[in-house]
Amino acid sequence: MADQATASSVAGFDAVRAPASEAWGPRPRRALSRRNIIIYGTLTVVALYYLLPLYVMIVTSLKGMPEIRMGNIFSPPMEITFEPWVKAWATACTGLNCEGLSRGFWNSVRITVPSVIISILIASVNGYALANWRFRGADIFFTILIVGAFIPYQVMIYPIVIILREMGLYGTLTGLVMVHTIFGMPILTLLFRNYFASVPEELFKAARVDGAGFWAIYFKIMLPMSLPIFVVAVILQITGIWNDFLFGVVYTKPDVYPMTVQLNNIVNSVQGVKEYNVNMAATLLTGLVPLIVYFISGKLFVRGIAAGAVKG
Amino acid sequence: MSSVIVRDVSLNFGAVEVLRSLNLDVAEGEFIVLLGPSGCGKSTLLNCIAGLLDVSQGQIFIKGKNVTWEEPKDRGIGMVFQSYALYPQMTVEGNLSFGLKNAGLPRDEIAKRVARASEILQIQPLLQRKPAALSGGQRQRVAIGRALVRDVDVFLFDEPLSNLDAKLRSELRVEIKRLHQKLANTMIYVTHDQIEALTLADRIAVMKGGVIQQLDGPQAIYNRPVNRFVAGFIGSPGMNFLEGQVSRDGAPGFLVGDLRIPLDRYEFSVANAAGAASLGIRPEHVALDEAGAAMPFSLETVVEIVEPMGSDTLVWTTLGGHNFTFRAPSERTLRLRERVTIGFDPARASLFDAGTDMRL
Repeated sequence: MADQATASSVAGFDAVRAPASEAWGPRPRRALSRRNIIIYGTLTVVALYYLLPLYVMIVTSLKGMPEIRMGNIFSPPMEITFEPWVKAWATACTGLNCEGLSRGFWNSVRITVPSVIISILIASVNGYALANWRFRGADIFFTILIVGAFIPYQVMIYPIVIILREMGLYGTLTGLVMVHTIFGMPILTLLFRNYFASVPEELFKAARVDGAGFWAIYFKIMLPMSLPIFVVAVILQITGIWNDFLFGVVYTKPDVYPMTVQLNNIVNSVQGVKEYNVNMAATLLTGLVPLIVYFISGKLFVRGIAAGAVKG
Repeated sequence: MSSVIVRDVSLNFGAVEVLRSLNLDVAEGEFIVLLGPSGCGKSTLLNCIAGLLDVSQGQIFIKGKNVTWEEPKDRGIGMVFQSYALYPQMTVEGNLSFGLKNAGLPRDEIAKRVARASEILQIQPLLQRKPAALSGGQRQRVAIGRALVRDVDVFLFDEPLSNLDAKLRSELRVEIKRLHQKLANTMIYVTHDQIEALTLADRIAVMKGGVIQQLDGPQAIYNRPVNRFVAGFIGSPGMNFLEGQVSRDGAPGFLVGDLRIPLDRYEFSVANAAGAASLGIRPEHVALDEAGAAMPFSLETVVEIVEPMGSDTLVWTTLGGHNFTFRAPSERTLRLRERVTIGFDPARASLFDAGTDMRL
């Protein structure tokens, strides 16, 4: 800040001293203009607003219980301890079993990975067919699919329970994977359809003249061109499915509960002392996966969204 | 033998009629240009021939085989698109060989054909590049090559030069013409650019509203347009039209304002034509000064606007109450409001019925 201030005052001094005050070259910009103050001020406030709770969580998770009881939630830990993290991962109790979040983590992985892969594969083919092969009834099919995106999940919970029971999949991971795949379909299909619709139609025609069929065009022409939109879909699905609580708690049984449900059970357990540090560590652990995904692919994510927005 | 036959083809998109019972016979090795304003159905017709659009009615034959229901790849056609439509993730070589790989050709045959096409089009140094690293002209050359490697009977061009700048366009135009002379394939070429049409075509099909208005050689299209639309569409700057009456009192003449233009040298297409009509004269058929005075019809007029175009000068004036343009040699200096003598030969004019717009 100090550097910027000096720089701007020097520039201002130069402008005054220069006798020929005719405009020449780039327009002068001051670092401390009113505009910049408002923009950066707002950004700082908003960033603080979101980062403060995260700070409290991290700090609390690194404190021991005696220190927490002193009540200074903003003060940094006097003695850093990783014990709450270890306990949250390995030994925290939910009901009868005391394996911590680790089992929930692996359950969530076993739910998320197949759901993401299957839903994206199906939705991308859907979107491709809807955008490029205008088959009979395509518009009606698409409308029905989109309407599906606007119906609240809660309406469908009980009917799906019955369907899964009849199929013998109730309470299993397979059943939950199926539910996630189906519920991801409308929005993902819309995403892929709009992306493929933005691919020049002549490219598709050229491939047809070159003798490529439905699958050849999909795999050899369309897929290699659509990495950004696949990244967007992967991020949407990983965060959506990993963070899901409702389907997890309704359609699975305690031994296959996903991480989010288990987190809830740890945090909301009523017996004993409330171990705030363990709760914070457990919450951070659960949120870590979507966070890592964002950090790795953030740039591609923005690019994919923008590509769809500009052309679609 | 006919190479491509389009028989009674109609195409409707819902209630919109894009092609109306259209017939077209393309001879073996002929270069046909489909010319017309945007929305006239020329690209649609090409897509129907390619098999990218299903026709609503009618048949399409290529090399004597009924291909109306065939897939594009089975029709023996190669197509070049306006936007090049090169596969962006493949190299030039990949683009050229994609169709051959789909057809399941042996690898050495693919290599041989790619080598031959890249030699003809002089794109050998570019074979390992991606399309993004090519210039517009190079991309279009690769797109032509993609049609070339497939050893097809018929080449279809869908406004292939429209995305290029003027200089490149004229270069590639010559190259396409050279290619046609070398390969002697049948070529069907869609464009809205009349210069491309006139320079390339053996025959031009001028289209409007899904109907071929006139199908003829470039000279005939230019000199003897069958109706007013063709007359106005071909030629740049456009033809002058004078609205008036054909009079049959004594020798035939054309009355416009207080002028009488003699028509005894005009070759009528319709016997005893008379009544309201419009007379079309091309700006380049008007002569100036002594040459103009020597013409069968001449008059004195006033220069209103001068547009120097380099090779010649376009001059705006008034004739019989209508705006009238003519081309003057660029070395003749013309001043505003100068009185000049102009003249033309009515034998080179075109006369159209005022009601039906057909040639008289």
